Amino acid sequence: MPSRIVAFNLNGRDVEVMVKPLTTLQTVLREHLHLTATKSGCRQGGCGTCTVLVNGEPMLSCLLPVEDIAGQKVVTLEGITPIEGLHPIQQAFFDNYAIQCGYCSPGVIMVIKALLDRNPNPTRQEIMDAIAGNVCRCTGYEPILRAAEDAARRLQSA
Amino acid sequence: MAKLRGTGIAAVNYPTGMNLGGDPSQALIHATTTGTFVISLSSTDLGQGLKTVIAQIGAETLGVPFENVLIDTADTDTGPHCMGTFASRATHRVGNAVIMAAKEARKAMLEVAAEELEVSPDDLDTDGKGNIFVKGSPERKIDITSLALAAHFKYGRTISGRGMYIKPKSPVDPETGKMDPDSTEAHACVVAEVEVDTETGEVTVISLKSAYEVGRQVNPALVHGQIVGGAFMGMSHALYETTAPYYPSPDHAPGSFSEYIIPGPHELPHIESVVLEYPSVNGPYGVKGVGEMTANAPIPAIVNAVSNAIGVRLTEYPITPEKILRALEKSPKVKQLAENRS
Repeated sequence: MPSRIVAFNLNGRDVEVMVKPLTTLQTVLREHLHLTATKSGCRQGGCGTCTVLVNGEPMLSCLLPVEDIAGQKVVTLEGITPIEGLHPIQQAFFDNYAIQCGYCSPGVIMVIKALLDRNPNPTRQEIMDAIAGNVCRCTGYEPILRAAEDAARRLQSA
Repeated sequence: MAKLRGTGIAAVNYPTGMNLGGDPSQALIHATTTGTFVISLSSTDLGQGLKTVIAQIGAETLGVPFENVLIDTADTDTGPHCMGTFASRATHRVGNAVIMAAKEARKAMLEVAAEELEVSPDDLDTDGKGNIFVKGSPERKIDITSLALAAHFKYGRTISGRGMYIKPKSPVDPETGKMDPDSTEAHACVVAEVEVDTETGEVTVISLKSAYEVGRQVNPALVHGQIVGGAFMGMSHALYETTAPYYPSPDHAPGSFSEYIIPGPHELPHIESVVLEYPSVNGPYGVKGVGEMTANAPIPAIVNAVSNAIGVRLTEYPITPEKILRALEKSPKVKQLAENRS
């Protein structure tokens, strides 16, 4: 099958990539566009670290053929990170020691971003439900839950 | 059927570093032209916060602000040797090496400052805020950036230091078995509270409460992070993790990461911990080490709690629902419950 051009909006900018059929969004982000904040974990939809937002919804980029998101809006961790300083969710993760090895963090932060966008004041149960698909092996989740609650407070008072 | 509650307890004595010793680590420190102290190591930060605590130890010994210290662990091929980040040894071993290197670098720093301020190095001290001053007259001082520039471009000197730490390998007496296995030991005790569903065999860990004695805490927030993360990891080993679960045939075993069962945020128990600090005699600033041990004691504590809940001793983990249901067939408590019902 020949390669074809796929156009989509990435972090506010229109991009075009030349891809073989079924090339995943994860591969396009990391290997074609060199945006490596989106991590590559299990590559079978089991760990959540590759999560990005597609039209505001968290999606597993390792399972997503890039043709499927043609013309749509994709936001990665790079897209929410300001040029200087950190996004309030990132700052809350930093301040609450919610990052150890950091491998799960990009995916968890994107899931929390999507959650807080539609539900600015979630309960702890709602946060747990949101991040249930994200594997964290270091923190025991407790600092991540605290960070998410802290991020909600910061964004509401901003 | 019923939900049975139980409590279990377990303790751990954790020896820091390699058994019998013989595991060295080295450190090199040099100041850049603008007064950043680069500590070169081959000791990898796995997320436990090694870079942070080593920068704290280096800054404390050098007498410079934490922000002036940069930890470089870029390449284990070219960096000073380190045996590795394992056995909770890094803060203890590498910290000691860094103290030795930092003392030499501090001496070089004070010698340059002595020339600039025209006093003896013995008359100088650091304020920890980036200045070196003359004892008794703090207005006579030089900041470390000016000092590093002067060392490089005026005096042609390096501000650097070499450090290493090794606990010499202990011989084992072939007759008596006598040996010196460890350099220091940290201690902990964990109490687990669980609930067992006798219908499904599922275990819910309600709480993990612990006391840790880990020597001096260089960074209490990072110690707490290790304890909470380790408690969760221990729970995961006690209840879930195996590549060979008790299933009818090997086809049912996990074949990939997606099928390998580990707990998620919903399984998070209430975790509570207190830390006691009895400084060690040979650790940097009294450090012992806390890492691996945090995942140790929760395992037997949880297994003991489940045994306590169902009245049957369990000797193999992970205690999956299959194992618990089989054990329940022998449980006097369950028999009693069934008799009461009929």
